[in-house]
Amino acid sequence: MTIATDIKAADGRMRRRGKLNVPTITLAHGGGGKAMRDLIDDVFVGAFDNPDLAPLEDQARFDISGLASLGDRLAFTTDSYVVDPLQFPGGDIGKLAVCGTVNDLAVGGAKPLYLSCSVIIEEGLAVDMLRRVAASMASAAKDAGVTIVTGDTKVVQRGACDKLFINTAGIGVIRENLRLGADRAKPRDVVLVNGVLGDHGAAILNARGDMALSSPIESDCAALHGLIGVLLEAAPATRFIRDATRGGLATVLNEIALASNVGIEIDEKATPIREEVKGFCEILGLDPLYLANEGKFACVVREADADKALEAMQAHPLGREAKIIGRVTDNRPGRVVMQTVFGGRRIVDMLVGEQLPRIC
Amino acid sequence: MKYVDEFRDPDKARALLKEIEGLVARIETCRTRPLAIMEVCGGHTHSIFKYGIETMLPDEIELVHGPGCPVCVLPMGRVDDCVALAETPGVIFTTFGDAMRVPGSKKSLMQAKAEGADVRMVYSPLDALELARKHPDREVVFFGLGFETTMPSTALTILQAEADGIRNFSLFCNHITIIPTIKAILDSPELQLDGFLGPGHVSMVIGSAPYRFISEHYKRPLVIAGFEPLDVLQSLWMVLKQIAEGRAEIENQYNRIVPERGNPVALDAISRVFELREFFEWRGLGSIDHSGVRIRKNYAQFDAERKFSVPAIKIADPKSCQCGEVLKGVIKPWDCKVFGGACTPETPLGALMVSPEGACAAYYQYGDIDKVHKRTDAA
Repeated sequence: MTIATDIKAADGRMRRRGKLNVPTITLAHGGGGKAMRDLIDDVFVGAFDNPDLAPLEDQARFDISGLASLGDRLAFTTDSYVVDPLQFPGGDIGKLAVCGTVNDLAVGGAKPLYLSCSVIIEEGLAVDMLRRVAASMASAAKDAGVTIVTGDTKVVQRGACDKLFINTAGIGVIRENLRLGADRAKPRDVVLVNGVLGDHGAAILNARGDMALSSPIESDCAALHGLIGVLLEAAPATRFIRDATRGGLATVLNEIALASNVGIEIDEKATPIREEVKGFCEILGLDPLYLANEGKFACVVREADADKALEAMQAHPLGREAKIIGRVTDNRPGRVVMQTVFGGRRIVDMLVGEQLPRIC
Repeated sequence: MKYVDEFRDPDKARALLKEIEGLVARIETCRTRPLAIMEVCGGHTHSIFKYGIETMLPDEIELVHGPGCPVCVLPMGRVDDCVALAETPGVIFTTFGDAMRVPGSKKSLMQAKAEGADVRMVYSPLDALELARKHPDREVVFFGLGFETTMPSTALTILQAEADGIRNFSLFCNHITIIPTIKAILDSPELQLDGFLGPGHVSMVIGSAPYRFISEHYKRPLVIAGFEPLDVLQSLWMVLKQIAEGRAEIENQYNRIVPERGNPVALDAISRVFELREFFEWRGLGSIDHSGVRIRKNYAQFDAERKFSVPAIKIADPKSCQCGEVLKGVIKPWDCKVFGGACTPETPLGALMVSPEGACAAYYQYGDIDKVHKRTDAA
């Protein structure tokens, strides 16, 4: 695709696209003047090139009837992305910012359509890094079939943020007859995940490099709306889906147990975790059930739909390693209990704060 | 995982449990009261809870979770000292991760960090020394914590700092030693322990000989145990076998790691750098003679207590806490008046609620399911 060198301005006249010719971002790029316009034109409009964004209005505008033809409810979500390092094996902050918000829409049963992109940049960030992130956002958005239609740029003094923060909000449409909710799980329902857990958390911890472990673990960062579409096709009465991001699988299961006032029993043996991630956690004294994922969800389906749901998920590339990991019960409402590989049982509670490595 | 999964085999566990049930049937005491076996080390407590080992054992065996969690037994006054050091201008304060959350009388290191102190999490004291090399204009203090397991690495780091002539590195020494603590527990008048699982990694350093007084003088069996769930079960079986046969000996289940004489290189580094303190204050247990070490005079330049002014104010444990009784096995965590109420992992009052290796936090978070369940329902 070639990018036009001219941009249609708000008043309808064409203007010359701004060009950024410096290696690093300075406070001038947030000042509202020509430097800022160059930055937005060159880095963001260039990467996200689309007719909704190019006029650079203060808002994106949608045709209501177009949205209404897709379903009966709008879904609207927002998430901020702060990750250190900005680039890590399997992705970067840009891919994360698109996939994360797409997933937050998709787990509600929505077809993701439009995203916003607000960036807060610490002065001194290399323009090349920003270009890479914007390109990565553009490619993730294209893959996910969403359009980035509005945005904002701020530059702050050194130390006021860590290199680059991104916020994306998203809009999607939920089709008729889908009713997903954390409070809808019932005893005998079945709990599934779409693949191995903990990859993202382990990849990020490892990429920070202070453990000096060499490991091939990659983030699982991926947009899940396609897989979720397939799942909902196979099991339209699915009770609930949530992506297992911060706080990992353990947190999602606790949220379901609390909201539905049911017990959840999972089987450690059936819970898929990569050998490398297990080893990584073993060394650091971490529990993979609490590690973040960026391409994994847990879902609750009716017992009668479990096999159909599993089959449909396993037929999709992002669900190949999907597994049934447990059941909803009426024992111990509000609690998640795990049958351990060793044959014992333990409670899987919410984390108090962040997970910290153990001394010895 | 190779060489790990083998030690988590549920079939072998079932076979061992059967043997354990057989032994329990042979032990006279079991007919009148449960046998109380203490695992001294926090690492064992962690394994016991992580694998749900307690839920598999017959009711006649009660596990008492001992004082071997160095984070838990750190007194509040020492945490205050850490915070004071961390807040000293120019200091980079380095610590193991799980010590970050331990509450002092006013704040934890994590709160101090949020308020602007330069507190950094490291994975080894050598990482702290590296920071000192990188920041010659700053004073890097390492928070040395733990039993004989972590002592050698701290000692070797100090020897390295001396060899490299690094002057901006020091150690805030809170290392503690296990033997006097086991002795203090054995001397306690309320004691009701029938046997011990001995700490595996401490023993890798000190060997098995230092435990002999436990069998000889106190007539209790001790089995040095590994940390995988089958290690723990097999060690329990070995303790029960001794009790059933009327023996009280020091045995070593963890012989793939623990040599009888320990690790002479590590022991040498420890004795070059450290000497015993007259006494050391423990959270929950009070002052125990010769239970802590400090840096010898020869290495005074690396001693943060000499280099900086440390407040060293003693803060009493909260009165409502019954940590000491839990540690000695006199009461169970859920028998404590404040367990799950005023004292939770979010707002710990007592030592044992602080780290996931502490008995109370472990019970609260993923412990004996039915007991915890009953307890939290009642609260």
